Amino acid sequence: MKIKRQAVSLDDLDWKILQALRENAKQTYSETGRLLNVAHSTVYERIKKMEEHGIIEKYMAVVDFERAGMKHITAVMTIITDPKESEKVAEKLSKFNNVLEVYTSLSEELLIIAKVIAGDQSELHSFIAQSVAPMPGVLRIRTSIITKKHKEEGFPVGPNPTSQKEG
Amino acid sequence: MESASRILRKVLREEAFYFFSSIGNYIGDSAASLEEFSEKIKEVNSKSLEFHLYRGDFEKWVDEVLGDAELAKKIKELRNQQLAGDHLQDQLYLTIFRRYNELKTGLTQSV
Repeated sequence: MKIKRQAVSLDDLDWKILQALRENAKQTYSETGRLLNVAHSTVYERIKKMEEHGIIEKYMAVVDFERAGMKHITAVMTIITDPKESEKVAEKLSKFNNVLEVYTSLSEELLIIAKVIAGDQSELHSFIAQSVAPMPGVLRIRTSIITKKHKEEGFPVGPNPTSQKEG
Repeated sequence: MESASRILRKVLREEAFYFFSSIGNYIGDSAASLEEFSEKIKEVNSKSLEFHLYRGDFEKWVDEVLGDAELAKKIKELRNQQLAGDHLQDQLYLTIFRRYNELKTGLTQSV
């Protein structure tokens, strides 16, 4: 059962459990308990509590598409929209399976930022030209094809490294 | 003249031509009829015209969506001339505008 939208404060142990799960969500309660020097029942209770409160939303596999033999490109679309239509555009985009993430942002103009995958540049362009540009409220689209992924994390854990003084 | 009126019709939003400057970069201009298409050709950046012309996008849309094989052939001939910049824009506009006028005049006279 999920208890919706109740604010829960996490303590140090909760955060450590989250970090352990982020590194390996398949590890058992006993393994996590051994790692953190606590009983497996404690780990079980903490995880259940975080699941019920929606802090842990789901467990998912991180797929290496290249190893899976799937040739693909990833791109980030920045879509400038008519503010009146923005929510509808975001909703429609979210329904496409090849659109992985969708965000709205307000800078000088109302923007939708979306991460999309395609087999190649031609497929990417066809998708944007035939499915995204014709949506009512889409004013302009800027697309950047990602050439290298340096980091991808769900949330920050621990402090940033201290900068080393030179000289 | 059924063919001319078909070519000159306004198409659905999903079938319109959307102008891009490069892969995935939509510049905000679109055309849903031959008349709008000729106007936009005059207005958009010539880089966008080069992008679409050399991918064969214009002739494909004119042929497959508007149903004008004759204009598609003329656009293809322009592509083979390797034009660029303002010269390409002028020639493309003239080609499309002449065809538009020809169809429009024929349609008016037949009424």
